[in-house]
Amino acid sequence: MIFQKYAAAKYFYPLAGKCLPWFTWLCVLTLAAGLYLGLFVAPPDYQQGETVRIMFIHVPAAWMSMFIYASMAGAAAIGLVWKIKLTDTFISSAAPIGASFTLLALVTGSLWGKPMWGTWWVWDARLTSELILLFLYLGFMSLQSAIDDPRRAARAGAILVLVGVINLPVIHYSVEWWNTLHQPASVARIDGPRIHSSILIPLLVMMAAFKLFFVSVVLLRMRSEILENEAGSHWLKEQGV
Amino acid sequence: MNWAEFFNMGGYAFHVWSSYLIATIILGLNVWLPLRKFRAQQKKIRRTNETTS
Repeated sequence: MIFQKYAAAKYFYPLAGKCLPWFTWLCVLTLAAGLYLGLFVAPPDYQQGETVRIMFIHVPAAWMSMFIYASMAGAAAIGLVWKIKLTDTFISSAAPIGASFTLLALVTGSLWGKPMWGTWWVWDARLTSELILLFLYLGFMSLQSAIDDPRRAARAGAILVLVGVINLPVIHYSVEWWNTLHQPASVARIDGPRIHSSILIPLLVMMAAFKLFFVSVVLLRMRSEILENEAGSHWLKEQGV
Repeated sequence: MNWAEFFNMGGYAFHVWSSYLIATIILGLNVWLPLRKFRAQQKKIRRTNETTS
């Protein structure tokens, strides 16, 4: 099966190396376009003024924090069922990136909250569940480094990631289930986005840029982890690094 | 719009530019640290391959 072939480190390593520059350059281009649209083209909000520009970082970062966790959970499920080693590599490579985006979402949210809500932080359901997501990432990472046997570490990590997935719907619906200070969803709605295109387009471009950033960095980290696991193996000697 | 107005961000310069600065630092570290590690690994493996072959 072609999927299983490329799931082997020997084939994945050069394939990821070939794809990496493409994703990187696409990311640079989209990021430049997103920053230009967000900082120069998008108009200030009629209520929030120029602080709305924080949104072009904050919202894509928050989406990424959940997207990366969901992708880790998907990989964990596949890894537990089919015993593919590459999914473990993916999960441990994705976790620090997910933690970074979660931290970024929390910090930019705080910087946006201060001028608009008058406070850096409230124990609001949305903010608290996002903070729990950060702890899930950090918990996963410390669990991985605490267990010496790599196979046991991967298994325990996969189970932790799967248990923590319950937090994702809590984050998403927190603004509906509880009376939060955080505003409800404006883009991911069943009846379609409720944002004007002048703000929605830069937001979606930044979203694409962050996704490409994740793909690029996760491929780089996976290659690095493969080198660590496979150092001294025959295929690395034959095809070179 | 002139540049002074642009950097002032309607009086919210601190909040807006801090957000962009922190984003730059966090994303920058996410590229720099793994890249540095990867290049060091490549170098090490190339060196051992040369000495053994």
